[in-house]
Amino acid sequence: MARILGVEIPNEKRVEASIRYIYGIGPTLGDKVLASAGIDPNTRTGKLTDEQLAALTNAITGANITIEGDLRRELGLNLKRLQQIQSYRGIRHRRGLPVRGQRTSTNARTRKGGRRTVGVTK
Amino acid sequence: MGRSLKKGPFVDQKLLEKIDAQNDAKSKRPIKTWSRRSMVTPDFVGHTFMVHNGKDFLSVYVTENMVGHKLGEFSSTRKFLAHGSLTKK
Repeated sequence: MARILGVEIPNEKRVEASIRYIYGIGPTLGDKVLASAGIDPNTRTGKLTDEQLAALTNAITGANITIEGDLRRELGLNLKRLQQIQSYRGIRHRRGLPVRGQRTSTNARTRKGGRRTVGVTK
Repeated sequence: MGRSLKKGPFVDQKLLEKIDAQNDAKSKRPIKTWSRRSMVTPDFVGHTFMVHNGKDFLSVYVTENMVGHKLGEFSSTRKFLAHGSLTKK
């Protein structure tokens, strides 16, 4: 198990795949970072030398991307801001309803969760 | 799709005039407006707007955080009626 940037422990997959275990790095950013570190995406993570790992860490910190805790915090702050200013989007988030104008008469189950019967019961 | 940056934010001309008048007069009286489509720019901050929702004018006090949003986002056009319990006829 290699460790990149403290907590990240990608396993014995190809670097290309294991780098995506880092929250905030997906296929596109992963490819970019690997290219700038000069690492072949097909090498197994376990086979990376210490220098290559260091180069990878440098590439990630140097690419100026928010990842992990910072990214999670940023998203949380965005949510908080929307809710605090009483905007439509914030209210939809608070209520757990779709935010981007989807219909709610039917469907929208991802946001609304399991079906609950509402209304008049006899 | 977002609006092209080169055009800049959209604000209704009439609303701009009202705000300028308020700023000149140094007054903070609520500005009544129907222009829900106007984007909140930094010179809106500190003013109170009465934003039409189709029926009433809802009071919106603009803070710094709201810059970049549209006025309509703060004035709900929907009314939620609760699902009531069964009442006797």
